[in-house]
Amino acid sequence: MSSREIILGRIRRALTDVPRTEVPRDVPVYRAYLRVHGDRTPEQTTELLAENLADYRAVVHRCTETELPSRIASLLAERGSRTVVTPAGVPAEWLARCTEVERVPEESTGRQLDAVDSVLTGCAVAIAETGTVVLDASADQGRRRITLVPDHHICVVRVPDQVVDSVPQALERLAPERPLTWISGPSATSDIELDRVEGVHGPRSLEIVLVSD
Amino acid sequence: MSGAEPFPEAARVSVRNAQLRSNLRHATHTIRAKRAKAVAELADWGRLRAAGAAIKDRTLRHLDHYLEQLESAVTAAGGQVHWAVDADEANRIVTRLVKATGETEVVKVKSMATQEIGLNEALAAAGIRAYETDLAELIVQLGDDRPSHILVPAIHRNRTEIRDIFRHEMGHWGRPAPEDLSDSPAELAEAARLHLREKFLRAKVAVSGANFMVAETGTLVVVESEGNGRMCLTLPETLISVVGIEKTVPTWRDLEVFLQLLPRSSTAERMNPYTSTWTGTTDGDGPREFHLVLLDNGRTDTLADQVGRQALRCIRCSACLNVCPVYERAGGHAYGSAYPGPIGAILTPQLRGTASALDASLPYASSLCGACYEVCPVAIDIPEVLVHLRERVVEGGSATRDGARVTIKPAKGHAAERAAMRAARWAFEHPRALRAGERLASRTRGLHPTRLPGPGAAWTASRDLPRVPPEPFRDWWQRTHGGREAK
Repeated sequence: MSSREIILGRIRRALTDVPRTEVPRDVPVYRAYLRVHGDRTPEQTTELLAENLADYRAVVHRCTETELPSRIASLLAERGSRTVVTPAGVPAEWLARCTEVERVPEESTGRQLDAVDSVLTGCAVAIAETGTVVLDASADQGRRRITLVPDHHICVVRVPDQVVDSVPQALERLAPERPLTWISGPSATSDIELDRVEGVHGPRSLEIVLVSD
Repeated sequence: MSGAEPFPEAARVSVRNAQLRSNLRHATHTIRAKRAKAVAELADWGRLRAAGAAIKDRTLRHLDHYLEQLESAVTAAGGQVHWAVDADEANRIVTRLVKATGETEVVKVKSMATQEIGLNEALAAAGIRAYETDLAELIVQLGDDRPSHILVPAIHRNRTEIRDIFRHEMGHWGRPAPEDLSDSPAELAEAARLHLREKFLRAKVAVSGANFMVAETGTLVVVESEGNGRMCLTLPETLISVVGIEKTVPTWRDLEVFLQLLPRSSTAERMNPYTSTWTGTTDGDGPREFHLVLLDNGRTDTLADQVGRQALRCIRCSACLNVCPVYERAGGHAYGSAYPGPIGAILTPQLRGTASALDASLPYASSLCGACYEVCPVAIDIPEVLVHLRERVVEGGSATRDGARVTIKPAKGHAAERAAMRAARWAFEHPRALRAGERLASRTRGLHPTRLPGPGAAWTASRDLPRVPPEPFRDWWQRTHGGREAK
C-alpha cells in the first residue's frame, strides 16, 4: 500500500463518527463577520490606507498623474539612486524625468539585483484597514524577486480605483493562480524580545505613491 | 527530543534560571498588551473566531476529500505531491529530493513541521547542510540551542546574549558579525541581513513549511515578517514544502478569515509585513520545481480522538504561550518538543502518544486557568483536552497509535489518586456513610494537622490545607431550613 493510501485510510477510519451521508457543506460555517470594518467614503478609505501604511513605517506620498514623473525623479534623487529595476509594464513616462538613472530589466539575476539601488512598480490592490499593498506579478509589477532584493521599493497605487477597505474585499479581486506578495510596511522582525524592528531581508525603505487622476 | 525528562523535572531547573524568567516575562508581557489592542480593533473578532473554528472543523471532518482535491490542484499547477506517514519517511523524501538536485546546501524558512520531524539533523546525516534563515531560528542554530517558542524560537535569549552568539558563532557559518557589534536590535538585524544575503543569492534549493494550503486552488500560503521567506520561496530553483495535513483550508475565500485572525493574534499586527502565496510553479518567476510533502506523523491518530482532534485546528499563532502562567515561568524547553506551551501540552501527547514519562506529564503542565482558550483565535478548548488527556493517562483506555486502535494501560504512580477517587465515588454513592464521615470530620477538627504527612507533604509545603467547617453543609441546611433561619 502506498503512503497516500495509508494516510487516506487512516483518516477515514479516524472519522467513523462522521455519518457517511454527511458532505462538507453540512458542517455549518457562519460567515457572520463583517465584510468591512466601518462605513467610509472613498476619500476616507484612501486616508486610512495612508495612515496604516505610515503606522508600519512605509513612507507615503500623494500626487496627481501629471506630477508622478517628477515625484518619482525626486524620490530617486533624494535617495541617490543611480540604477532602478522596472518591470516591462511600467509606463516609460513614469521615468521620463529621470535622466541620470539607468533602467535595469526585470530579467536580472539575484546577484545583479543585489547591486541595484531601487525598484519601481505598480500594484494589484491596496488594503486600507491593514495598510497593505498586494503585487500579483502583472506586467507593471514583474517577477517576485525584483521587489525583494533591492533595498528601496517605490510602489505606485492608483487611488481610489486600486484601494479596497478590507481583506475580504482584496481576496475577491485577486487571482489565486498568480503568485502574490502582500506587503505591509518594510521588512521587520519581532524576534528580539518580541519587539518590532524594521529592516531585515526585504527592502528596508518602502515608499508608496498614491496617485489620483 | 522524546525520552527527555518529564515536565516537572525540566521545569524545576528552568524556574530557577532568573535570567530566563526575566527574558520570558518581558517578552510575553510586551506582546500580550499589543495583541489585546490589535484584536480590539475588530468589532467582529468573536465572529471571525467562530468562523475560523468552523472552517477548520469542516476541513477535519472531510480531510480525505480535501487532501485529494489539494493534490490534484497542486499537480495541475505543476507541483509534485508526496505523502509521508511519519517523520522518517518525510526526512527520506526531502533528502532524496535534495540529492537529486546535486546540491549539498539548502536554505530554510522557519517551519514547525520540519522542526517536529528533525529534518535538519536528518539532512546533516546525509551530508546536506541546512541554513535556518529566520532571525530567531538563526540565533538558535548559531547558539547550538533548542527553540522555545512557536513564533519566536529564541524568546529565551535577550539582546545581549544574542549579540554574544553572533560575535562568536557567525564566522563559523559564513560572513562574520562586525567586531564592534552592539546589542541594539537594529544592529543585530543588520548583521543577520548581511550574514544571510550571500546564502540566499547562492542557494539552489529551499525548504519551507506553509501556514495554509487551499484545497480548491492548490495554493500555499506563507506568512512572515523578515523577507527571508520570500527569499527562499522565490530565488532558488527548487522548493520543497513540508506541511502537516491539517494545514488545509477548503477555499480561497476562507483565507479572508485566517489572514485576519493570524497576524493580529500572533505578532499583534494588523497585517504581517510579508505574505506569499503560490500555486504550483510559474514560468520565469520563482522555482522551476515545486514539491509538496504532506505529513501525517500522528495527525491522523489525533483526528481519531473526538475530543482531542480540535488541537488540529491550531494555526500556530502562539497567543496561548504568551498568556500562559506556566509557560512564562517554565519556559519552552521543558515541554520537550517543537510545540511548547498550552498547545504543545495537548498536541505533543497526541502526536507522539503518552508512552514516555515526558509525554505523559505534559497534560499536567497547566493550572487549567483557561487563559489559553480565551485567546485562541480558533477556539481550541485547551483545558477540556488537557483534562481529557489526564484521564487517559490515569485511567488508561482506548486510543489510536499509528492508525491502529490500542488500549493504553493506566499510568503507574497514580495509584493513590485512583484509590482516593474510588473511595470518593463509593462515599458519594453511599449517602449515609458520607454523612457519618462528614460529622466525624467536623467533630475532630481540632485534631486535624495543618500539613499532610507522607507524600502529601509536598502539596502542603506551599499550600494551606482547607479547614473543615464546624458543621457539615447538609446539617446546616437542614437545621436552618436553607439559611432562612440564619445561624
